[in-house]
This record gives sequence, structure tokens and C-alpha cells, in this order.
Amino acid sequence: MLQSAAGAAEHGMHEGHEMGHASFHGTVDFAGNGFDPHEILRDFDWGKTTRLPSGRVLREWELVAGVKEIEVAPGVKFEAWVYNGRLPGPTLRAREGERLRVTFRNGTIHPHTIHFHGLHPASMDGVAGAGEGEVPPGGTTVYEFDAEPFGLHLYHCHVRPLAEHIQKGLYGAFVIDPKQGREEADELVMVMHGLDTNFDRENEIYAVNGIGFAYMDPPIRVRRGELTRIYLANLTEFDPINSFHVHGNFFHYFPTGTSLQPVELTDTVMQCQGQRGILELRFNRPGRFMFHAHQSEFTELGWQGFFEVVE
Amino acid sequence: MQAAGVRAPAWVLGLVPLLLIAAAIGAFALLDGPGLGERNGIPIEDVAVERTVLEPDAIELTIRNDGPDAVRIAQAQVNDAFVPFTGADEEIGRLGTATVRIAYPWNEGEAYDVTLVTATGGTITHAIDSAAETPDADLSFFGLMALLGLYVGVIPVALGMLWLPWLRRVPAGWLRTLMAITVGLLAFLAVDATFEGFDLAGEGSQAFGGAALVVVGAVVSYLALTGVSGWLATRRKGRRGGHLSLLVATGIGLHNLGEGVAIGSSYAVGALALGAFLVVGFALHNTTEGLAIVAPLADEQPSLGRLALLGLVAGAPAILGAWIGAAAFNASVAAFLFGFGAGAIVQVIVQLAPTLRDDSGRTLHPGAVAGLLGGMAVMFGTSLLVAL
Repeated sequence: MLQSAAGAAEHGMHEGHEMGHASFHGTVDFAGNGFDPHEILRDFDWGKTTRLPSGRVLREWELVAGVKEIEVAPGVKFEAWVYNGRLPGPTLRAREGERLRVTFRNGTIHPHTIHFHGLHPASMDGVAGAGEGEVPPGGTTVYEFDAEPFGLHLYHCHVRPLAEHIQKGLYGAFVIDPKQGREEADELVMVMHGLDTNFDRENEIYAVNGIGFAYMDPPIRVRRGELTRIYLANLTEFDPINSFHVHGNFFHYFPTGTSLQPVELTDTVMQCQGQRGILELRFNRPGRFMFHAHQSEFTELGWQGFFEVVE
Repeated sequence: MQAAGVRAPAWVLGLVPLLLIAAAIGAFALLDGPGLGERNGIPIEDVAVERTVLEPDAIELTIRNDGPDAVRIAQAQVNDAFVPFTGADEEIGRLGTATVRIAYPWNEGEAYDVTLVTATGGTITHAIDSAAETPDADLSFFGLMALLGLYVGVIPVALGMLWLPWLRRVPAGWLRTLMAITVGLLAFLAVDATFEGFDLAGEGSQAFGGAALVVVGAVVSYLALTGVSGWLATRRKGRRGGHLSLLVATGIGLHNLGEGVAIGSSYAVGALALGAFLVVGFALHNTTEGLAIVAPLADEQPSLGRLALLGLVAGAPAILGAWIGAAAFNASVAAFLFGFGAGAIVQVIVQLAPTLRDDSGRTLHPGAVAGLLGGMAVMFGTSLLVAL
């Protein structure tokens, strides 16, 4: 059968390597995994709100730790430990000053916790020996604290061995908006992480939001001229740092998002394990622009994608 | 015990246990191993890379599933980057093989780690120490390998055999020392071949026995040559020298087969520089083998044709080995061949030992000991010239 030039071009779009980029062999079944990195990208979990007698907002979530077999690369199954069945866990989002209540249930056979980055009482720290400490299999606990300070934070399991509990997937981003809010924008969350599929304490795959190369095809669509805000966090284990680089553009960088003044206009930023920050940029030229870790190894092991700028 | 009436024939008595065993195995399989339950733990993946072929912009690995469980290859990486590949689409069963062809713009002389990621996330990493294009197995290539075999096998052995006229004139005491030198040469070759075999066995598929293949090869060739030599002894009484020569030539020939495999495979992976130095080294090394063949013939008048035949028996297998090594190298087969060569040499040593005896019947007399040590020293010295 003859294949038209247009057909060949379209086919090429579906195979990264045919465009000259590293890529997986085959495709991941997102439906089978129960989550899609493209959905995680713009999925902010605001929880459920009620009013306290004082008039303050009480925002509540329920997080369940579970074990889930995830297809982390086409044909490669990885037994992940996850919050609410997805890798990374839900992006929790609140406003500065609210009261936050997280009910945590441990549905696995190992003890787990949730340790939030932010300001909270010692008993709410989510580590062994503090408050209710480790939550045993089948156990439940409630973490309650105020939403402060504003910025981009994290949460993750803090049970030893730490590297194991974190790298298997028990982590997520935690956004606290400033009281006055931020400028209207197309907001994306990107949690950078690695996957140690053969348990050698090195990552075989690097990814943003669960699956490597997921944003190569299809790319992330952004509007020309619109403010794009990226909540970028580094939950990579084993490698001390990770990074983000965007092609053909520069962004304002707000480390940890705790100040409304950017510290830098750049196209590359580096984050240590647990570091995070907010990126703001506008794409003024149409077309495809790559973004990836500026560590070539991470790039070609999965941590790369495309923005497609459309009108 | 004498039972009244019929006695079962012997073959029935022999068959009954076999039938019972078959019935027990059948029942066990049908009932799915009653009482044993599920397997403990996750599947164990064990995959050996048996052959690597490099073509422009492509790396091809032939892999064998060495473990008890089926393996599925899901992804491939070269030097910490995911790469496209074809092949190995199906699950690979126990002892099954598959070929993975990876598109990769490799550079000559550089090192690469090729990693295959399995369905369970396990990895199989194969190191390519120095990338070089695998030669096409065409006619000119086989010609080149034949020439190489001729240079390192046939010609040096033939040259070494030219010592025969000189051997005829040396006194009997000297001859015993020369025979001891021969035994020393052979002992070195046997040790060398054994360790080379073990090295190769470590690289290859372990399911086929690994290092045990070397030992099995040695035992098989030892026993086979013992049988052949016994047969020759009854058939050709009174021509002990010719018989020994043929045995020595056969042992050396089997050793040169292994040596040829090593040379051919090294050439195929680009690890062998076909320089004059190497060829000269091998020539010196193998010339001493020629001496070993003709030493037992000092008292005889063999025909030229017979000498040529002995030379071919000892040298020509190097050509065959080079072909096998370059075109169809398999570490397990090569390990077996090295063991085979070592066993043959040990058998030859056993056959030659009586010729060392002096008039009082001692084998390890000072002359023999000096010869043994000398032979080993010569082999050690010349082997330094040809370290692959």
C-alpha cells in the first residue's frame, strides 16, 4: 500500500525517534495505569471546603497510600507505592491562611506517613516519634495545620528506609496560593522524579509526572502570548540534582514560590532533591519548543517533552 | 530365590521401574505438583548475550534466556539513553534465543554499554569494550581467516618439524631431554587452554553448564584419544614412534582449533590487530609445537607425505577454528572446545611420559626435569608475544 507523504509525516509525529529524539519502544497504556501525565499536568486538587465557626475556611482531603502496578515505560511494570493511585500523588492546593485537614489512610502492608513541607506543629510533622508517628498498615491519622507560607511545597512519606519510600512514588506537590492570588495564567505542575526499576539505587527512567517521554507526543499545548506558570518540584531520588531547561524562551524564576519577586530571568534552573520553584513565561513564537533536564542522561532516559505553541 | 512357575524375563524387570517413573512423573505433572504450592517470590530473570554484531548505525545482540522463567524485552538503552530497536517481540522461553537490533550511531573504537530492560524492570547490560564493525562473512573474509590460520597454524608447525634431521643425530640422553621439553610445552598449553576455557565459560550462557563445559570437553577428548590410541597400539605394533607422533599432532591440532576460535573471534570484535608482530609471535609459539610432533620420530624414517599429514593434523584446525570464531562465535561452544583441546593434550602427555625414562627407569631424572621446565619457559616466553 502506498503511504502518502502527509501520512508518513503524521506517523513520524507518533514516534519520537523518527523525529531524531530518544524515545521508548512502543506506547504506555495510560488507561490501564488509571492516570495520564497530560491530565496530572493541569490537575489541582482543591479538596472540600467548609467554614469554621470563626469564618475561616477549612479545607479537607483524604489521601490513601496503596500499592499499584504501573506501566512506567511501554511493557515495563513497576510496583509503585502511591497516594490515591497515581504517580505523583494529587497536587494539593490551598490558599494562604486556610485551615488544612488531611485524613491519611494506609492501605499497604508497610507503615507510612505524610510529611508536609510548610509550617506546622511538631505533632503534625509526619515522622516517627512525632504525634501519632508512623501509621501502621490499615491505620488512619489526621494531619491538621495552617496553610503557610504561600509558595510551592511538597509532601512525601517519611518512613525509613527513606529513599525506598520516596522513590517508589509516595510524594506530591503542595501549592499554597498567596492571599491576594497570582496573575491569571495557564498553570502546569511538573514533578520531576526517577524510577529505579531494577532496585540498584540508580534510576533507569527519569520522568515528569509519572511517565517518561509522555510530553513528546502529544506535546503540551500552550497559547501564544498567554502567561504560563509552571510549578516545578524535584522529587528525584539517588541523583543529587535535577534541572529544567526550555528551548527558545526565558522564564522568571521564583524559588519555592515564597516571594512574588522573581530572582532571575533564565532558561535553565537546577533543583536539589526536595527543592522546588515557580516558573513564569510567555511563548511569543508559534511552533514546538523542547523542554528537558539539562542533564543529557536524564533527558534521553525520559525527562524531555515539547511545548506546542498555538494561537 | 526360586519361584515356582514362570520367571519374568530380564528385560521386563528392567522396564518396570522405568514405567513406574514415567507414571509418577505424569501423575505429578497432571496434579500440578501436589503439596508444593505456588512459587516463592518473583520470576528470576537471567539473560546471556551470546553474540554481538556491529554494523554501521546498528548494534545487534543475540541473547539467550539462561534462567528458569520466561523473559520479555521491553526497552533498550545504549549509554544511558533509550534507543529504538526491533526484534525480541515475543516472550523468550527458557533457553530460547532472540535477536535485538538497535539503531545507534556508534563510533569506531569507543566503548558502549547496551542495556535491555525487561518487562519487570530488570536490566541486562552488555559492555562493548571497543566498537568495530563486524566483518561480513563473505568469501574474502573466509579467505582472510584461512590465510591467518595458515600463518599461525600450518606454516609454523611445518617449520618446527624441520628439526627432524637434527633430532636423528642427537644422542639418546639428549633425546629424552627433548621429549621432556615437548611435555613441558604441552603442559603449558593444557593449563593455558583450561584457563582460557574457564574465562570463556564465564562469558557464555550458564544454563549449558558454564565452567563444567570445559571439564566435560576435557574428559571427552581424553577418553576419546585414549580409545583411539589403544586402537592404534593394537593395530600398529612396533611403530610406537609414529603412533606417538600422530597422537601429539592430534592433541596439538585440537588445541590449535581452540586457538583459532580465539583468534577469529578477537578479529571479529575488532580486538585483534592483524599486525606482523602477532603473526610472528604465533609463528614462534607454534614452531615449538612442530618440534613436539617430530621428537617421537627420531628413530624412524617417515615419508614426506606422512610428515605433511602430521603437520596438517596439527596446524590446519587453526583455520577451521578461525572460521568458527569469526563467523559463529559462541562462548559456550568455544569453552567446550578449549576444554576439549586441554583434555587431548593431557592424554598426549600421559602417552609421552614413558619416553622420558632413562636407563634406570626414572622418569623425573635431572635431564627430564630440566627439559620440562625449559619447555614451559619457552611456551611462557613466546605466549607473551601473542597475548590476545
